[in-house]
Amino acid sequence: MTSLSDSATVSAVERKTRARRRAWNDRLPPLLAVVGIIALWQGIISVFGVPTYIAPTPGEVVSTLVSQAPNLWKNFVPTALESLTGFFFGNLVAILIAVAFVHNRSSERAFYPIAVFINTIPIIAIAPILVLIFGNGFTPKVIIAGLICFFPTLVNMVRGLRAVSPQTLDLMRVLSASKTEVFWKIRIQSSLPFLFAALRIASTTSVIGAIVGEWIGSNFGLGALIIEATYNFRSPLLYATVLMAAAWAVVLFSAVSFVERRLITWKPVSEH
Amino acid sequence: MTMTQAVEPLPGPTADAAVSVRDLTVTFDSDAGQVVALEQVTVDIPAGGLVTMLGPSGCGKSTLLRAIADLVEPSAGAITVLGKSTSEARQARDFGFVFQDATLLPWRSALDNVRLPLEVGGKASTVEAAGRPEDLLKLVGLTGRESALPHELSGGMRQRVAIARALICRPRVLLMDEPFGALDEITRDKLNEELLRIWQETGTTIIFVTHSIPEAAFLGQKVLVLAAHPGRVRELVTVELPHPRKLSMRDTVEFIEVTAHLRALLESC
Repeated sequence: MTSLSDSATVSAVERKTRARRRAWNDRLPPLLAVVGIIALWQGIISVFGVPTYIAPTPGEVVSTLVSQAPNLWKNFVPTALESLTGFFFGNLVAILIAVAFVHNRSSERAFYPIAVFINTIPIIAIAPILVLIFGNGFTPKVIIAGLICFFPTLVNMVRGLRAVSPQTLDLMRVLSASKTEVFWKIRIQSSLPFLFAALRIASTTSVIGAIVGEWIGSNFGLGALIIEATYNFRSPLLYATVLMAAAWAVVLFSAVSFVERRLITWKPVSEH
Repeated sequence: MTMTQAVEPLPGPTADAAVSVRDLTVTFDSDAGQVVALEQVTVDIPAGGLVTMLGPSGCGKSTLLRAIADLVEPSAGAITVLGKSTSEARQARDFGFVFQDATLLPWRSALDNVRLPLEVGGKASTVEAAGRPEDLLKLVGLTGRESALPHELSGGMRQRVAIARALICRPRVLLMDEPFGALDEITRDKLNEELLRIWQETGTTIIFVTHSIPEAAFLGQKVLVLAAHPGRVRELVTVELPHPRKLSMRDTVEFIEVTAHLRALLESC
């Protein structure tokens, strides 16, 4: 008896170590790749004697991140706010328009081509137009960040709201459910996986939108800092700024993924 | 068990019929012009009875069921469910419907799926008269799985949830469109037996569409055999097997005679 329970405990401990080893094994390759790339970067610059103003070493970038921390933070806050606000409103408007499209086919026929047309204009070309109209405050940046989120969310949300099987609609008809009930009980939930696919894209593109907005006639934000650092050949600052922008996009992406995991706990049922 | 009298096509709706179909014709528009799915179908389904519908594909058996459920508009003829029109019966929740796929909402637990009919279609009277979702899951043998999501259930369990959902408003008629067609044979046999038990416990009239001859014969007090192109009634066969039925009865001479007769009818369609 004792030997049996002993072996059970041993196997439980063994299983735990094995699981830990497997988790470590999963994380090791990407970690090694990152370390390898940084070492290669440092190596190339040392071997070929690349001057700092063309490309800084990783060490220089890190020390700039520390020494320029107040400056970087001061410019990070507006960019973060613009991308967040743009993300929120761009997606909200897209969701509301998608709902209108699904409820009213003729509104879709009227406005969908316009939405497609706006989407075909490069965002970099819209930015100056918006700066001329709204000045160089927060507004044009928020609009650009929102605009860049808008289209993928609109397209996905329309598809998601329509992704209801004919049989489910038959079921709701047998239950004499109203259109409103079908919307709140069925369509909203069916659209969630589609919506989150779009939101994950939007989480990173909204940061791009805010930075593009700041490139044109702005004296604050990470975008303005990128321009300034480039013109002054302060490449360690340029790299540090880019790193901050990328980190913010990763934070937004992770936040969206986190909410998605909490909200969508179900899996599609595969019949047959 | 006492429903052994022959139900011949009658001129008017019969009083004791749960579902009465008179000269029903259904046509669909297709690329090749008008297709007649059902032509001049007249049949009575006795109250409390269990009638299976059997026929080759294209015989319109699903169309007939969907017309009874007010999902398909008749081109001609009339259907009454408990003396009412199909749309009145639908709004009064006089029938429940079970589809081939369980059609569960994947984000709702088994219990919440069973509860769905109480949340939509807004009629306080139907909600008051309804059973408790927990009791219905017990009826279909799913006690303990109330909080399971559909993807955590097997195909057979999902179909049990669908049956519980169809029964929650205590319908007098249960319409089933090949509900076990996608299941493996062992699961299907088990659910056939359970369906007979549920039928006897609830006293609900059941109309059951299938393309399986043994299933039609095992379940049905009567088997409505339909012919195809256009869909029409071939014969209403009475199955003289006593209730409660056991799966082992399928090896008896009587059962084999019934299935042989049904097969002969289908081959001559």
